[in-house]
Amino acid sequence: MIQLENIIFLIVAGLGIGLFVWQIRKIRKNILIGRDVELADNPSERINKTLLVAFGQQKMFKRMLPAVLHLFVYVGFLVINIEVLEIMIDGVFGTHRVLGFLGPFYDGLMAVNEILAALVIIACVIFLWRRNVTKVPRLATGVEMRAWPKMDANVILITEIVLMFALFAFNIADLKLAALNNHDLPGSFPVSSAFVDAFGSDAGTLATIASVGWWIHIIGILAFMNYLPSSKHFHIIMAFPNVYFSKLLPKGKFTTNPAITHEIKAMLDPSYQPPAPELDVDGNPIVQRFGAKDVEDLTWKQLMDSYTCTECGRCTSVCPANITGKLLSPRKIVMDTRDRMEEKGEHPAIFAPNHYKELGVERVQITDEKTLLRGYITPEELWACTTCNACVESCPVNIDQLSTIMDLRRYLVLEESAAPASLNAMFTNIENNGAPWAFPPSDRFNWAEDLYVPSKN
Amino acid sequence: MEENKRLVKVPTMAEMAANGEEPEVLFWVGCAGSFDDRYKRVTRAFVQILEHVGVKYAVLGTEESCTGEPAKRAGNEFLFQMQAITNIEVLNAYNIKKIVTACPHCFNTLKNEYPDLGGNYEVIHHSTFLQQLINEGKVAVQGGEAFKGKRITFHDSCYLGRANDIYEAPRDVLAALDADLVEMKRSRANGLCCGAGGAQMFKEPEPGRKDINIERTEEALATLGTGNGVIATACPFCMVMMSDGVKNKEQEETVKVFDIAELIAQAEGLSR
Repeated sequence: MIQLENIIFLIVAGLGIGLFVWQIRKIRKNILIGRDVELADNPSERINKTLLVAFGQQKMFKRMLPAVLHLFVYVGFLVINIEVLEIMIDGVFGTHRVLGFLGPFYDGLMAVNEILAALVIIACVIFLWRRNVTKVPRLATGVEMRAWPKMDANVILITEIVLMFALFAFNIADLKLAALNNHDLPGSFPVSSAFVDAFGSDAGTLATIASVGWWIHIIGILAFMNYLPSSKHFHIIMAFPNVYFSKLLPKGKFTTNPAITHEIKAMLDPSYQPPAPELDVDGNPIVQRFGAKDVEDLTWKQLMDSYTCTECGRCTSVCPANITGKLLSPRKIVMDTRDRMEEKGEHPAIFAPNHYKELGVERVQITDEKTLLRGYITPEELWACTTCNACVESCPVNIDQLSTIMDLRRYLVLEESAAPASLNAMFTNIENNGAPWAFPPSDRFNWAEDLYVPSKN
Repeated sequence: MEENKRLVKVPTMAEMAANGEEPEVLFWVGCAGSFDDRYKRVTRAFVQILEHVGVKYAVLGTEESCTGEPAKRAGNEFLFQMQAITNIEVLNAYNIKKIVTACPHCFNTLKNEYPDLGGNYEVIHHSTFLQQLINEGKVAVQGGEAFKGKRITFHDSCYLGRANDIYEAPRDVLAALDADLVEMKRSRANGLCCGAGGAQMFKEPEPGRKDINIERTEEALATLGTGNGVIATACPFCMVMMSDGVKNKEQEETVKVFDIAELIAQAEGLSR
């Protein structure tokens, strides 16, 4: 029967979902600040990759302990959502455990749910321990790991624990009430039945606990959902499209700028006719910067990368520059991109950008320029990259940190001629001698002089 | 011994074209292979192997020019494309179909980045080429220096490994030496860069605690343990960085840095 409670639920759920949709529209708008790039080729390979890397968590298993713990939370999230669906239906229609008609399947589902919920609690406690007590370096250090990202991680873990406890409170009270009333509760509850007497046997108290547990769980989920767009936890949604649209080409293949190709061809051959430039909505030719200075110069995929980042620091922990104490941290590049994008575009409910200057991070010599380059990311960081692809390889959600680093570098060189002097010397050598060193091209074949091999007979 | 060896006349494309001939494979020597004194020895070792097995090969000689790779990694897309388009004109004029190179940076650029600019070739790295020669029995890996029991560790090149997923070819080549192959903790997809990629070869490193090649050399030395050992590389930049690292650690008497082609040439008795 539908009562006042159900109407309140409907309003709360409607508000929660509405707010979430509103935030998602902002995120979408932000991602579309980026340049267009065609990434829809080869759908079957993309689906395969998504199944392996996103659904299958393939790259997580490079590090066993966090992979297993994360798997508990991930599978728990997937399976427990079936119960959330039931909660929603119960909430709207005033039913009670509406999926109970599934019989043995429902028994199994509830049992798996309970075991997973217990594992989620254990995993989250260990995660909190790793972050706050043992302080695993990749999680606890780095200029980009300022107050907000650290708190964000703790908020998520504590919320997940609270949600699981609310679920148990609801199940325990429900189970005890059923026993008191002598009727069978659909489902099987291996964890809750062990604690079935935890709340005593007063029917009124139990009914309140069941109801409070139920409400905390569902309001918690709605609140958590709306927290996602402001949080690194957004990866639970973004990981899937981000892996789907990730690079299928060899990691060593960097992008080629066709605008430059046309310029060179026209230079070499005066009769060459470059194609007409693309026009914007007002019919004016779109003038594109070479390389990237700010977020609008990056592609939508590079911006999507930044919304997918879980700030786990695997990339930074394998970066040769970072390992040897250079300022470069691939995670910082991705987090800065997101902060700059939200500063420039729209921002979700909770907005906490990086302002290294205000935070007193002196090592990052940013300027007051309102751009990604120099306003957030310094040339020193960009020049420390060896383009070794270790960051790209390590990312569990297929973020391409290197492509962003390269586009920012290109801007420095192509638009500002701001390469380090030694690299400018290398450019000059290539231009003049066809080699990065100052050797005369006529000496190129000298290596072949006085070369012998044993004769076969 | 003098009468037992013959002088090699390395064939150029210009000569071949003049005689109306085409090589099976073009050997792209690369700038390091042409000018760097240490890497010239690798070029020569690889040519000795080519001569020994009788592959019909040629080089561009003085017609070769930088692929533009260091310029591209440094962000100078304009200079890269200038180099690439000019090189492609030369390669296409000679109707080149297959290229082998001992430099992973040249390899990656020729294979992955030249097609966008009109250069389509079958490009293979010398590690894959040597692996094929060994598999086909054309290189027996005997008659020269014995490597049995010698400790060798292979340092993965980023542009061969992660960039192009070639991890086994150089290891298969080394396995043919019947040496004691030991792996560093960070190897294959988890390999640590030598520090020279991304045009770092041509500049000073940014301020930090230590140089990347020192970090990597320390790992290699720890893996090899005490006594004689070899750090095997398959890239001219890794060769420089690891050699400098070994010198810095004052281990150059006991630990040698060799390219896989040099080791094969030594084992085959070609470089006496």
